Amino acid sequence: MSSISFYLNGRQVSPDVEPSTPLLYVLRNELELNGPKFGCGLQQCGACMVLLDGTATPSCMLPVAAAEGKGVVSLEGLAREDGSLHPVQQAFIDEQAVQCGYCLNGMVIHAVSLLDENPDASDSEIRKAMDKNICRCGTHSRILKAIQKARRS
Amino acid sequence: MSTRRTFLKQAGCISIGFSLLGPFSCISEGKGSVMPYSNKEIDPEQIDAWLELLADGRLKVITGKMELGQGISIAVMQVAAEELQVEIDRVSIHLAETGVTPDEGITAGSRSIETSAMNVRRAAACAREVLISMAAEKTGLPVSEMRLENGKIKAGNDEFDWTEIIEGEQISKQVYEPEEIYAKTRRKLVGTPVPRPDLEKMIRGEEFYVQDLRFPGMLHARVVRPPSYKSGLKALEEQNLANTSGFVKLVRKGSFLAVIAEKEYQAIKFQEEINKRCEWESKPIPSTPEELKSYLKSLPANSAIDEERGDWSSASGGKVVKASYSKPYIMHAANGPSCAIAIYENEVLQIWCHSQGVYPLRDTIANMLDLPKEQVYIKGVPGSGCYGHNAADDVAAEAALLAKEIPGRHIRLQWMREEEHAWEPYGSAMIMEHEASLDEKGQIQTWSYELWSDGHSTRPTSGDPANLLPGRYLEKGFGVPGPGWRGGAIRNAPPIYKTGAFKLTSNIFEGPLRISALRGLGAYANVFGIECFMDELAEKAGKDPFEFRLAHLEDERAIDCLKKLKDMTSGVQAETGQGFGIGFAQYKNSASYCAVAALVETSEEETKWAVVKKMWGVIDSGECINPDGLKNQTEGGMIQSASWTLLEQVKWDANGITSLDWETYPMLRFEEIPVVEVEVIDRPEMPPLGAGEAAQGPSAAAVVNAISAATGNRLRDLPVNR
Ligand code: FES
Ligand code: FES
Repeated sequence: MSSISFYLNGRQVSPDVEPSTPLLYVLRNELELNGPKFGCGLQQCGACMVLLDGTATPSCMLPVAAAEGKGVVSLEGLAREDGSLHPVQQAFIDEQAVQCGYCLNGMVIHAVSLLDENPDASDSEIRKAMDKNICRCGTHSRILKAIQKARRS
Repeated sequence: MSTRRTFLKQAGCISIGFSLLGPFSCISEGKGSVMPYSNKEIDPEQIDAWLELLADGRLKVITGKMELGQGISIAVMQVAAEELQVEIDRVSIHLAETGVTPDEGITAGSRSIETSAMNVRRAAACAREVLISMAAEKTGLPVSEMRLENGKIKAGNDEFDWTEIIEGEQISKQVYEPEEIYAKTRRKLVGTPVPRPDLEKMIRGEEFYVQDLRFPGMLHARVVRPPSYKSGLKALEEQNLANTSGFVKLVRKGSFLAVIAEKEYQAIKFQEEINKRCEWESKPIPSTPEELKSYLKSLPANSAIDEERGDWSSASGGKVVKASYSKPYIMHAANGPSCAIAIYENEVLQIWCHSQGVYPLRDTIANMLDLPKEQVYIKGVPGSGCYGHNAADDVAAEAALLAKEIPGRHIRLQWMREEEHAWEPYGSAMIMEHEASLDEKGQIQTWSYELWSDGHSTRPTSGDPANLLPGRYLEKGFGVPGPGWRGGAIRNAPPIYKTGAFKLTSNIFEGPLRISALRGLGAYANVFGIECFMDELAEKAGKDPFEFRLAHLEDERAIDCLKKLKDMTSGVQAETGQGFGIGFAQYKNSASYCAVAALVETSEEETKWAVVKKMWGVIDSGECINPDGLKNQTEGGMIQSASWTLLEQVKWDANGITSLDWETYPMLRFEEIPVVEVEVIDRPEMPPLGAGEAAQGPSAAAVVNAISAATGNRLRDLPVNR
């Protein structure tokens, strides 16, 4: 065991873990976050995405040691200080872009990172980026609408 | 006291008295180490089986159903809020839990609105009438001057909390046929697109899923799986395992093998390591996906003529059309692998899981572990969307087995992606063969349909542990489930269209893979076959697909549904390389009507040669409780069905299942997702009809008919991209 330090949602954390443990397990089990989800553990579905220094990154295979000194933002860290939602979160609510919601974490995180990087992303750029995220409930068309809405706001 | 007697007289029933404590007095909420359980029998005939009036004017609704992502919670809350005149944000819901909620069997078959929501509605309307009449008694004012609003009863200038009226108790009177259903007479909340309240929790990453539950001292487990269904464990090299950090226990019971560790990632590493040290019997899965059709037909089958009617003598002389269709094994493939937590303490077993049927599961787990069922408690907590009977019950049974090994500790078990893909019970493979004749006017004279299928449900409803995956591997050897449910195979097999004569023959085999109920059961394949065949018949008759269907329909609602789809798509022009197609069915021939159209673009590409650009859907589910929820479910069903139809097929070889992840079992992703548009036909005067599975069959047919229109070639075997 050793202590790895990184910034989680703006606060420094130093969980005492095996450095090879994937970040996802540290976030969920040691740091008790619910946002990032285990979907595949294979970087194929996006359920586990977090913002790693601002970029949406699957956390399920990334050793926690690789986060040393970096900034990790999870779904829990998107809302503003006053509790109001991030525009992307709000757009998902406005469009009711959820069925079971298991994919939601990855969808929101990825959309935030995409729009931060490219605020005018075209519909086809959005589709291309979001292709990494799986939704088994078929909520895609609403998710696209939500991202388009957030893009405008 | 006279008050109560008055009601009883009014209602004309024998009951009852008031319970001192509401049904929730003993139930924990949120985090806590152990749930204070109850093994009370819940009588669904009682009003307070379905509702609790809270002291601050809030309302708690109780359902024996589970939230599976289908949005049942908001619909049930809406019907109760309407009858009891409470604002929706003052309503909460308690989902399936043994000893707390009524036993409503399984949350399946699109029946939750028809059953649970209607039970809650009736109980809520009764509760309103009871309250108002009690208040009238109390104040001496006429019932007509009483009004109910957010837990307050307004009587003339006076105002009472409802709990004042019921004196802090609950209405445990029997449910009766209420005089008025506000949803029918006033309809302020029902029929409106109330947003889902659970979304806020999800979007903020609050504890919501069973995967999110954490308990002090909780241990993590993983199961080590054989290579294929029938392989028994021959040998295991256990040396030095116990010395590795984090190791807690290796559990071996017959061929059921699992490991428990302090931390989750340690459990995963142990699972990998133990996997390497096991020697299993080689028991190949028979046949191959390539030769599946001929193999399935060669299997011994339980055959029956399910329906035969009409006049066959007219068949002679007409044009005859024949076609054979097929559908492979497909997966539920939940986005989040199955998960459960269990603890065994003081001879009591408690389980948190995302099962669709907590009561049947409780009884089956009790049988598997040889425990009295009064000592097994199950609380339903939402998981990832399941679309039918996936591994939710299996993982709960496995967690229960493991909890018994280490009493006093919570054991969390989550399957890995590969396990979810390889070990869930799949949607059955089917072969559908049609033969029909047309008269000179192009009307269908005779239609004979023969199908081959696995049964379609192996749920643990009979209490037999063979229906739980670990059951077959334990020393006791509970065996494997029988052939599954025949009724599922013939769901929607009789076409809705009028014909001179019709005959349905079904052949139920026991195929090579583990199967159970997947969204729509046989309806997906039956409607796919029937609706593609209708296009083939229309072509032979020289008719437009819409006109041909309308010429064979008598049911006005079916006709309205198709006509509305026609209007919606009237401006659509298929360009070169594109094709337009439709599909229609009334789910189960008794539930929602659903018509779907698809516009598909084809190209010369090797893969992705057929892309669905747009889909339109029309759904009539009778009285619509929440139009946005209904649209959401229908849109999801259309996209999911497009994915099944275009891409999905479970693969295996002699050594086991080879569709083990999202690359070897691809599904539709964003780049190929159609734009979808759904319209609802609301019929507030009619009873509500189950809707969640209605789009699966029509969507498959619409997609395939569109591809056939684009290419001029009839595609009959799924998936399209083989
Ligand atoms: S869980 Fe990380 S990508 Fe699927
Ligand atoms: S909403 Fe269920 S996986 Fe996307």
